[in-house]
Amino acid sequence: MKDYNLTHLRELESEAIYILREVAAHFERPALLFSGGKDSIVLVHLSRKAFHPASIPFPLLHIDTGHNFEEAITFRDELVTKFNARLVVGSVQESIDSGRVVEEKGINASRNVLQTVTLLDTIEKYKFDAAIGGGRRDEEKARAKERFFSHRDEFGQWDPKNQRPELWNIFNGKKRMGEHFRVFPISNWTEMDVWQYILQENIELPSLYFTHEREVFFRDGIYLAKAPFMAMKSSEKAEKLRVRCRTVGDISCTGLVLSTADNLEDIIKEIAATRVTERGGRYDDKRSEAAMEDRKKEGYF
Amino acid sequence: MTGGKDSEFSSKGYLNMQLLRFTTAGSVDDGKSTLIGRLLYDSKSLFEDQLDAVKRASVQKGSEHLNLALFTDGLRAEREQGITIDVAYRYFATPNRKFIIADTPGHIQYTRNMVTGASTANAAIILIDARNGVIEQTYRHAYIAYLLGIPHIIVCINKMDLLDYSREVFEKIKADFNAFVAKVLPGEDLRFIPISALKGDNVVKPSGNMDWYQESTLLETLETIPIDKDHDMIHQRFPVQYVIRPESDKYHDYRGYAGRIAGGIFHPGDEVMVLPAGIKTKILQIDTFNGPLDEAFPPMSVTLLLNDDIDISRGDLIAGAGDLPKAASELDCMICWMNPKPMQLNGKYALKHNTRDVRCVINTIDFVLNINTLEEIHERTSLAMNEIGRIGLRTTKPLFFDPYTVNRQTGSLILIDEATNETVAAGMIL
Repeated sequence: MKDYNLTHLRELESEAIYILREVAAHFERPALLFSGGKDSIVLVHLSRKAFHPASIPFPLLHIDTGHNFEEAITFRDELVTKFNARLVVGSVQESIDSGRVVEEKGINASRNVLQTVTLLDTIEKYKFDAAIGGGRRDEEKARAKERFFSHRDEFGQWDPKNQRPELWNIFNGKKRMGEHFRVFPISNWTEMDVWQYILQENIELPSLYFTHEREVFFRDGIYLAKAPFMAMKSSEKAEKLRVRCRTVGDISCTGLVLSTADNLEDIIKEIAATRVTERGGRYDDKRSEAAMEDRKKEGYF
Repeated sequence: MTGGKDSEFSSKGYLNMQLLRFTTAGSVDDGKSTLIGRLLYDSKSLFEDQLDAVKRASVQKGSEHLNLALFTDGLRAEREQGITIDVAYRYFATPNRKFIIADTPGHIQYTRNMVTGASTANAAIILIDARNGVIEQTYRHAYIAYLLGIPHIIVCINKMDLLDYSREVFEKIKADFNAFVAKVLPGEDLRFIPISALKGDNVVKPSGNMDWYQESTLLETLETIPIDKDHDMIHQRFPVQYVIRPESDKYHDYRGYAGRIAGGIFHPGDEVMVLPAGIKTKILQIDTFNGPLDEAFPPMSVTLLLNDDIDISRGDLIAGAGDLPKAASELDCMICWMNPKPMQLNGKYALKHNTRDVRCVINTIDFVLNINTLEEIHERTSLAMNEIGRIGLRTTKPLFFDPYTVNRQTGSLILIDEATNETVAAGMIL
């Protein structure tokens, strides 16, 4: 008899497509949180698949810290044009200029935490009722308890101890005025699944993910990129090295790894041999053991 | 992800892996967290930074050995209280399969989490502490696995190291368990494995301490259980999720019905019936982004194009024309109540079944089950949180369903409190 099994990548893909279609059916004004990182690029690819041959029925929402890798922004703009998508940008700089948030000071200053305010303001401004994100449960321990459909109160807060049970593939997207949902279609994917899927589907990525020469400096076990707004201690020295990003976010919190991988196969081999988690290179998670849980409660991605 | 042996992750091998979802049930101190930690640790699915964090925490808490249970701690309150509050999902992979673990807490008050974790599982691991044998909570775990229709059940008898790896102890527990489940698990795929999660016996590596056990270790079992029959491959069922109508010149007349196949195998040309309209038509094409398909089966997400122009919307069901589901607005269900506010007889709730939204009223509470003894308690007028019972309900519009034992997708539903929007119950249609 014929074997009716899907590969795990096809099953994960099918699950994500199912969830994206549920979002489009449930909500009036969804948006897809787009960072220029690989997870959000995969989400865009899955969205194209979910609604083919129609175009993606929701805009991409980029929360721009102003501290970007140039390559990520170029890639974003090209992708928007190529797939005929709509782009909405929420600017952290504007939140700072209007006094909504105060810029952090000092050596470890980052706009990562400030993003939450800009994100919630932008969601309110455009009346988005669902924000689709690329969060994965394997990333971090607080994320391991996240739902596919994650309810947020009118202050954008997450209440981890009072989450709605999620059974079978039935999702409850009911909410009151002013509340919204975060939806995570690739919750069940691991870092390796994402990379293998990118390889299988031949998905284009920003050049940052592949080896390149860059001026970097070393801090607390991580290489960070040298940039005009990155304060360096006198003991820290910039050097030119061959590096690549394992995740792509705001420059101030994106760690770089030494690497010579210039193609997907090599990246996958590198990840298979790596002994540190993806978020081990995230400067923003090093603030405390519950750093992610605390940020998520406040309304972080 | 699995680190270490990169040769195992040749891209080709990885593209042929299957996905297995399993849940773990055990009472407090049965060693469930340790077992999961052991699976992750011995299958080299943990990273150095995770390992370092746990080593530091183990020393801090004064543990003699690496406290494997710490790998599964999640929320701050859980670390503080040393308990698991909510379902947590864990991931690991071997060269053959990717695994999703629904790690559910064992406390009696958390039946609802166990039910949640079990709802999507292919397999359940039921843990028994060899020193305590089969206890009341074991019955509860077995019953929930049965009620939620988990196709494969693996009973792990843990802490064998504390009983000199005694075969007699293992056989006695096996017999006790079998005596109970003869009532609830007839014909299930049921296996027993003697293990020590702490020492690692028969979890990933075969034990050197139990020569009398020659069968598979837990990991080998998880890697080889056949899962291709876990979906209903017979009755064609396609709940319509979303209608795709591209507003473009190229696809001017395109009208596709997007959804995920819930049962059966679909082919172009198959005769189908659209419900509730009751109109027969044929499948013109099974469309995807990568082009049309010759066949589609669960759990694939596809888009169906039909021969005739019929008014179809979300919530409708496309089913094999010669093999229709049941249609009714009065249903009998087993239900697990999940909300602090009890269910009331004659109460009204929103109901979600597949992609269909209706409202319902609770007509009867036939009985509430004491799940430790399977005793039926009659003449109740409410159902409290974590209770399981049999009810009759009436919906505002008919549902098209199969019994849950035939199809876990078309046989399941949830109830939602319309005042709070909370999901308050999981229902299995009888």
